[in-house]
Amino acid sequence: PTSDDTPEVLNRALSNLSSRWKNWWVRGILTLAMITFFFIIIYLGPMVLMTIVMCVQIKCFHEIITIGYNVYHSYDLPWFRTLSWYFLLCVNYFFYGETVTDYFFTLVQREEPLRILSKYHRFISFALYLTGFCMFVLSLVKKHYRLQFYMFGWTHVTLLIVVTQSHLIIHNLFEGMIWFIVPISCVICNDIMAYMFGFFFGRTPLIKLSPKKTWEGFIGGFFATVLFGLLLSYVMSGYRCFTCPVEFNNDTNSFTVDCEPSELFQLQEYNIPSVLQSVVGWKTVRMYPFQIHSIALSTFASLIGPFGGFFASGFKRAFKIKDFANTIPGHGGIMDRFDCQYLMATFVNVYIASFIRGPNPSKLIQQFLTLRPDQQLHIFNTLKAHLVDKGVL
Amino acid sequence: VLSIQVKCYHEIITIGYRVYHSYDLPWFRSLSWYFLLCVNYFFYGETVADYFVTFVQRREQLQFLIRYHRFISFALYLTGFCMFVLSLVKKHYRLQFYMFAWTHVTLLITVTQSHLVIQNLFEGMIWFLVPISSVICNDIAAYVFGFFFGRTPLIKLSPKKTWEGFIGGFFSTVVFGFIFSYFLAQHQYFVCPVEYNSETNRFVTECEPSELFQLKKYSMPPLFQAVLGWETVNMYPFQMHSIALSTFASLIGPFGGFFASGFKRAFKIKDFADTIPGHGGIMDRFDCQYLMATFVHVYITSFIRGPNPSKLLKQLLILQPEQQLSVYKTLKSHLIEKGVLQPSLR
Repeated sequence: PTSDDTPEVLNRALSNLSSRWKNWWVRGILTLAMITFFFIIIYLGPMVLMTIVMCVQIKCFHEIITIGYNVYHSYDLPWFRTLSWYFLLCVNYFFYGETVTDYFFTLVQREEPLRILSKYHRFISFALYLTGFCMFVLSLVKKHYRLQFYMFGWTHVTLLIVVTQSHLIIHNLFEGMIWFIVPISCVICNDIMAYMFGFFFGRTPLIKLSPKKTWEGFIGGFFATVLFGLLLSYVMSGYRCFTCPVEFNNDTNSFTVDCEPSELFQLQEYNIPSVLQSVVGWKTVRMYPFQIHSIALSTFASLIGPFGGFFASGFKRAFKIKDFANTIPGHGGIMDRFDCQYLMATFVNVYIASFIRGPNPSKLIQQFLTLRPDQQLHIFNTLKAHLVDKGVL
Repeated sequence: VLSIQVKCYHEIITIGYRVYHSYDLPWFRSLSWYFLLCVNYFFYGETVADYFVTFVQRREQLQFLIRYHRFISFALYLTGFCMFVLSLVKKHYRLQFYMFAWTHVTLLITVTQSHLVIQNLFEGMIWFLVPISSVICNDIAAYVFGFFFGRTPLIKLSPKKTWEGFIGGFFSTVVFGFIFSYFLAQHQYFVCPVEYNSETNRFVTECEPSELFQLKKYSMPPLFQAVLGWETVNMYPFQMHSIALSTFASLIGPFGGFFASGFKRAFKIKDFADTIPGHGGIMDRFDCQYLMATFVHVYITSFIRGPNPSKLLKQLLILQPEQQLSVYKTLKSHLIEKGVLQPSLR
């Protein structure tokens, strides 16, 4: 059955179709609308993307907390709504402060109040969190102790899931928009492809938690997503606006994406393994190294990403709710769309940190400048010896 | 510290089992211990990499584990996550989710803070001893003041606490912290950062004591001058910091205790466990310490030390050669500008 929030317009247009096809059409139209929206915000640039990520995060937090209230019938607990939003603010302040300090270094150093806030950032964040903690302790009411502790735990787990991962997404974004777009697109593609393959070929059920998922959908979705990832990466690697790290330009006070494309985004000749040579007929192929990485990303999106979806399905069954909320007609709430994305965001961030880039050189210089002169000299001499050793100097 | 952490974790998880009558849930005990192992592996890996740099450089297998540490930790965690999803059983969904969340919150509290305690320890044993002693002193002093002078109740959660105990405990703890720091600050053993010596394969605490631990003359404010009759006093700068630490231990530390009291009332338990006769479980003794450990760590990173030079060096050495060269040039010009380095004539 369709959600009650289906707009009147759609209802009238589809009134003469049978219920099953109507559901299909509603979902299809909304899917296209969401994908279009996705393209529009990509076009609008990093600042808008960050804002959108922030809004999605707040909405997801709100949805999960509301479920908690409904489960525990604790909507009337004193203070609790205020405290949940306060903790959300604290954790966001902490994470945004760390990000801002990293990427807007020169801007921060110029403005005196920002510089102090940045220098004592951890202390200020901790003090803010402690204030919330003490308010919680002072708000404990005799008959409601257990409920209040449950909601406290619920809030913290939700923060852990929602806020940390939205910040990992923003870190990925700053690495280059391609690291934001390709993973998200792969998860969406896997969702859609698994559904299609399941619809047409599905017979063997995959997991008891989600009876509609099938092995045929799972495997078909996997191959389709890997292929899609390869093609999308090929197209995107050609454009600087996607492959360059997002930087903040102090003179124009805006974000720029302009750079020399790194090795990852320069075409290279690869030898095709002999097995594929006979099939495809080419001896070598020109590819971007990034496309090899995209295979890893697509594989994760197809094989492990769905576990995020199963987790959310289990959660919905556990708390006897059909959808997280009724925000999107036919699709449920924002969390319903983003449940698979969360594991993906963390994976991409860990992947980049482990395999792609080393530490950020400007951040290192910035840390270096806060050391004492004798420590600076020691590091300088060690670095010099290392460079001479390597023959670079 | 590790043993205490494991015991606290075990106590809190056991309470969760009893609350939810979920002792027979399939897999769950294994999964809880597995997650504890994963998170500890992650944190110890980060610590080991920082403090044992030279030890690690020599061994190939360790190098590999360090370089891809985050990825390996994440993969281990994901395995646990997927096992959890696969272990969901039809009638027990809600229980299983509750235990999953309970495990994660417990990990957040016990494991992260035990690692902060260890980080504080490496900064110098004084940063480990003074905070813990201040909390213990505050506990005891507040109890004694409350016993002799206590009349006004402090908070409904803990009916035995009184305002007299609270305030008396505060002043005693500040004085105690002040005096205790004075004695500890004289010994290199307590004051020096703990370092790992690769040649002797042991920990050493030997160094030039930093400014914090060198006697300085302070002028007394005129108010105290009239009272005590001294014009200046020789103190260690660290004693000033100890006032901040003691203040936190007396004013905010007790909130950790109230939180634990509320928790025990919420789940209708008298003590966390029966490990220590007369005192309850390990958690009962350590509830106030957790906030303190985090505070000391944040305090040290904000006000005391800058970034760790050897960690910085390690990160510099894994950059690309071109990046290293450009960093080298920037550093060189900075040092010459500051007059620390003489411009080379070549």
